[in-house]
This record gives sequence, structure tokens and C-alpha cells, in this order.
Amino acid sequence: MEISKFINELQSSINFYGIIFYALALLIVVSGLVTILANKLMHSAVALLFCFFGVAGIYAMLAADFIAVTQIMVYIGGILTLIIFGVMLTTRMTEANERTAVLDSTKTAIGALISACSGIGLVLVFLLGDWKQVPLEELPESTLQDIGNLLFTNYIAAFIAAAILLLVAFIGAALIARRKN
Amino acid sequence: MDTNIIYSLLGENFVSYAIMAIIIILFITVYALIAILAELKISAWMQRRYGPWRNTWHGVGQPLIEVFKLLQKENITPDRADKFLFNLAPFVVFMGALMAFAVIPFGELFIPSDLNVGIFYAFAVSAFGVVGIIIGGWSSHNKYSLLGSMRAAAQMVSYEIPIAICLLSIATLNGSLNMETIVVAQSGWFWDWNIFGGAGGATKLFVIPFTLSLFIIYFIASLAETNRTPFDLPEGESELVAGYSTEYSGMKFAMFYLAEYTNMFIVSALITVMFLGGWNSPFGDFLNYVWLQPAWFIAKAFGIVVMQIIIRWTLPRLRIDQLMYTSWKVLVPCGLFCFLGVALYSMLSL
Amino acid sequence: MLSSFGVILVFFIFALLLVAAAIITAAIIRPSHPNKTKLMNYESGIEPVGTPWILFNTRFYLIALAYIIFDVELVLLFPWAVSFRGLGWSAFIAMLIFVFILVLGLFYDWAKGYLDWDKPKPYIPELKDFIDTKE
Repeated sequence: MEISKFINELQSSINFYGIIFYALALLIVVSGLVTILANKLMHSAVALLFCFFGVAGIYAMLAADFIAVTQIMVYIGGILTLIIFGVMLTTRMTEANERTAVLDSTKTAIGALISACSGIGLVLVFLLGDWKQVPLEELPESTLQDIGNLLFTNYIAAFIAAAILLLVAFIGAALIARRKN
Repeated sequence: MDTNIIYSLLGENFVSYAIMAIIIILFITVYALIAILAELKISAWMQRRYGPWRNTWHGVGQPLIEVFKLLQKENITPDRADKFLFNLAPFVVFMGALMAFAVIPFGELFIPSDLNVGIFYAFAVSAFGVVGIIIGGWSSHNKYSLLGSMRAAAQMVSYEIPIAICLLSIATLNGSLNMETIVVAQSGWFWDWNIFGGAGGATKLFVIPFTLSLFIIYFIASLAETNRTPFDLPEGESELVAGYSTEYSGMKFAMFYLAEYTNMFIVSALITVMFLGGWNSPFGDFLNYVWLQPAWFIAKAFGIVVMQIIIRWTLPRLRIDQLMYTSWKVLVPCGLFCFLGVALYSMLSL
Repeated sequence: MLSSFGVILVFFIFALLLVAAAIITAAIIRPSHPNKTKLMNYESGIEPVGTPWILFNTRFYLIALAYIIFDVELVLLFPWAVSFRGLGWSAFIAMLIFVFILVLGLFYDWAKGYLDWDKPKPYIPELKDFIDTKE
């Protein structure tokens, strides 16, 4: 097939992997900035949708299929919905202009300190980490089987601990939310 | 890839992917027109009236005429609405609907994307629908829209739990989340389908009650997931006008409508894959040709869509506390019990 | 596997293109004569009162919370479902304990009534409320 050959050559001449990565990275950074800088809380929440989506895309590019789908399911389906419901719980905050709000200086200082620490930490991880690049051909077909094998042999204690943690969270969350109501 | 005839003809590249996407979009358009006509005709038949009859022959052109009508409708964005989010919502809602289609296996050679966590993925992207509906309802600056979208979101997230339990049980039974593997495991006669316990000997009599109940649980939950009667509180027209789409008009409303019908097909397709043998013919090798498999698949899925429509015109609407009761106190415990039954069976039949 | 996600990316792009194409086509052929009344929010024909963007009910928040926790628990069970065949009974028992703890949380909330839809309990005044008993 002449045409398919031509298309394949065209495709291999473009670095799709790189383009998609930078597009996703741009999406994450821009939507992250919008999350912080938006005037309305609801705009921040919607920007988070794209941020989470971009992160799921990065996971997919790292061949972590299960994590990517879990990211969509838990973060977009669960946490984002929770955040939006939370936004609606805050009285009049949906319309209020956040940027005109006054933060006291101690809170600003603590926030700046935490962000500086995490920023430096990330840079250190990036600089000191021993990064390996796996060739595209050696990527596993699916990660799910391996996750299962590890989770139920080496990390079985962590698995049960997660169950107990979730139980505490489940009971505690309901308790606190109900009491305030 | 040998899972898609278009990819094997044109090679795996963006052009063949795009052709696949266009085929799916054409399919969705044709399907939505037929489903809307079916809705009109079945509702008329069940209420002993004629339904659309004047336009074209026996009114079969009615959905197409409605599309053209919506195309010409003025697009009204309320001046107090949040304009950006108001325009964004149809994109998000339809995005979730179409992205789920990427993993629906229409036949051995018509699988758009053979994802290894396919069934889990198809379920996860329904989250976009939830968020899109909330965005649409909130940004309209309308009380009905907001209430409708909140109800829709609460109901959709509640009923996603029983659905996830059903997926988990089917994954346990077939040992995979890949749609192709699940369908291939059910090949053979109709008693090899997962609804009847999957392929297996006499010991599967133990698991049949569980899989049958899982099918019923999934069907009920999928009705709620697509906001269909008896779970159509989000657009309960007698109390909330039109729910989250009250302020939408013209093509944006049409996109919400299209996404709703697309979602109906997706849940039906998931039922087909998980319980009804996917693209397999019900009668062994009878008419089980590769080129006929999409026809079997679409026939099964459309049968489920027609069942949803019939239920819509049969049952009254639930109240919201009954809705939550059904999900958390009936479907979730029953689903977990069935999951344990299926797990025990799968463990014993190793 | 990356090609599977490539297809999904293409579908994502086409979803955006389709909606954009539909809206742009409509924008070309439809009329546009906005006026003040037309752009008003619909509120059963009367002029809108107040804003809907106000404090919302906690009940919806609780449901989303319960959903997240169940979601995470079920996500952790998916790896078991595909790999239990090679893992034997120890993994099965671990799964059972996990589900048991999950059900424990569900039953706790059930027994405490947190799963009930919290109906508003309006106070219906009775006759004696209107009679001033202080005198």
C-alpha cells in the first residue's frame, strides 16, 4: 500500500511522543495556574478538571494504564465532584472575588515556606534521581497483573492497612459532616 | 494490530485512528436518530397514540427534522450566566461520551482501542459526564439547573458504586479487564454468556444466581447512571422544568441530548460485553461470521436500549430518598454479596 | 499499549471537533436577536429572585465523600480480580478481610443513619404555640 507507507513515514518523521508530552505538560501547568489565579472558586475547580486530565495523560504515556484510569476515576469522578460540592457549601464564596480577600501575613508566610520546601524538594529529586529510560519496545503490555502480584505478596500489610485507613476515613468523615449539619 | 480491520489495512497511524473515530461518530449520529425515533414511537405505542406521523413517511424523518430545527434555533446565553463555563459544559459532557466509545468492541476486527483495562476505563470516563453536568447546571445561574445538576451528580456517583462492583465481579469471573478477553471467554452458545455464569460445567449452577442478580443490579444502576426513568429526577419536568439543561438552547442543548443517548448506548454496550456475550452469536457458530459480529453486537445493545425506553414509559419516578436508599442499602450490599459468591466460585474452580 | 491510548487521544480530539463543528455550523445559520427579556434566567415566567449560587445542602457532600471512599476501596480490589489465579488462598483471605472492613464501615454508617437521606423536618405550628401562656 503506497498511501499507508507514506503515512507511516510521515508519522515516524514527527516526534508524536514529544509533542503530546509537551502539550499535556502545558495543559497541566496552565490549568494549575488558572486553579490558583482564577477569580471564582468554580473556575478553579474546573481548571482542576483539566489538570487531573493532563496528569492522567502523563500516566498513560508512562505506560501506567491502571494508574491513568484510576486517576480519571478517583480524581475527576470523586475528588473533583467533592471539591465542587464543597465549593457550593461555602456560603457566598462562589461569587466572591478571592483575590480581593485579605490574607494575614503569618498564613502567607507559612504557605510560602511550604511551597518553597516542596519546590526545592522536587528540584532535588529531579537532580539527584537516577533516571532510567525504558525503550518503547520494552514496555509491558499491562501493569495490572504485576500490581496485583506485588500488592498481594510483598505489600499485603499495606493493603490491609489501607482498608483500615479507609474505614477510619469513612466513619470520621460522615461523623464530622453530620455534626456540623 | 489484528484487532481492527482498518488498522491492518492502513497501518497503525493517526490517519487510521481518525478514520475509526469518524466511523464511530457517524455510527453515533445514525444510532441517536434511530433511538430518538424509537423513543417517540415506543412511547406512542405504549400510550396507544400515533406518535410522529405527519412529517415524511409514517413520521420516520421526525428526528432528522428536529435536528435541523435545533440547528436553526437561536442560541441564548443568559446574561447572568457564567459564559465561559456555560459554553464549556457541552464539550465536557460529550467528550466523556465519545471517549468511552473508543474501547467498545463491535467485533473481532472492529475494536477501536484494545485497552487492557478497557472495561474499567469505559466506566471511569463517565466521570466527565458528571462533572460536565455540574458545570452546565452551575454556570446557568438558574435555580432549576443547579438543583437538577446537583441531583444528577449525587445520583450518578451513588450508582457508580454498584456498577463498579459488577465490573469487579465480571473481572473476577473472566480474570481480565480487557473487553476482548471477556467477550472471547463467553464464546459459544448463549448459556456460555456471563449472565448464565460463563462457560463451565455443571458446577456453574452455583454461580448462576449471583451473575443473574449482578445483571439486574447493573441494569438498574445503569438506568440511574444515564438519568433515565425511574431515576430521572435531575430532569423531573414537573418540578425542575428541564433540570440541568433548562437554560440551554439550540445546538448546545442538542449536544446534551446526543450525549444522553450516547451514554445509553455505552451502558447497553457494557451490558452486552459483560453479560450478553458481546459480539458472539447466541447459537454457537450459527451466523457467527467476522463481518456479522458488529450486527450481533449492535442488535444486543440496541435491544437493551429499547428495554430502557420501555421502562421509561412504564415506571413512575422515584423520590430522592428512595433513590439513595436503593443505591446504598439495596444495590451495594447485594452487589458485594454477589461479588463474594462469584469470587468463591472462581477460587474453587481454579 | 501506547497505541491504545493514542486511539483514545484521537477520540478525545474528535469529540472536541464534533461539538465545535456543531456549534459553529449552528452559529452560521441561526438568527441572533438577543434582548433583555430573552437573556433573563428562566424562573417559571416571573423575574428571577436572588441568586442560586448560595449555600448548598451538606447531604450532597456526604454522598460524594462516601463515593470516594468506596471508589478507592474498589480500585484496590481490581488488581486482585485479575491476578488471584496465581496467588492462591492467602490473597483470597486478604481480599475477604478487606471486603469485611469495607462492609463494616458501610454498616456502621447505616446503623448510625448517615446513609439516610436527611429529610428536612419543618416545625408545624400547633394551636398552643399561638396562645401566649405567660400571662
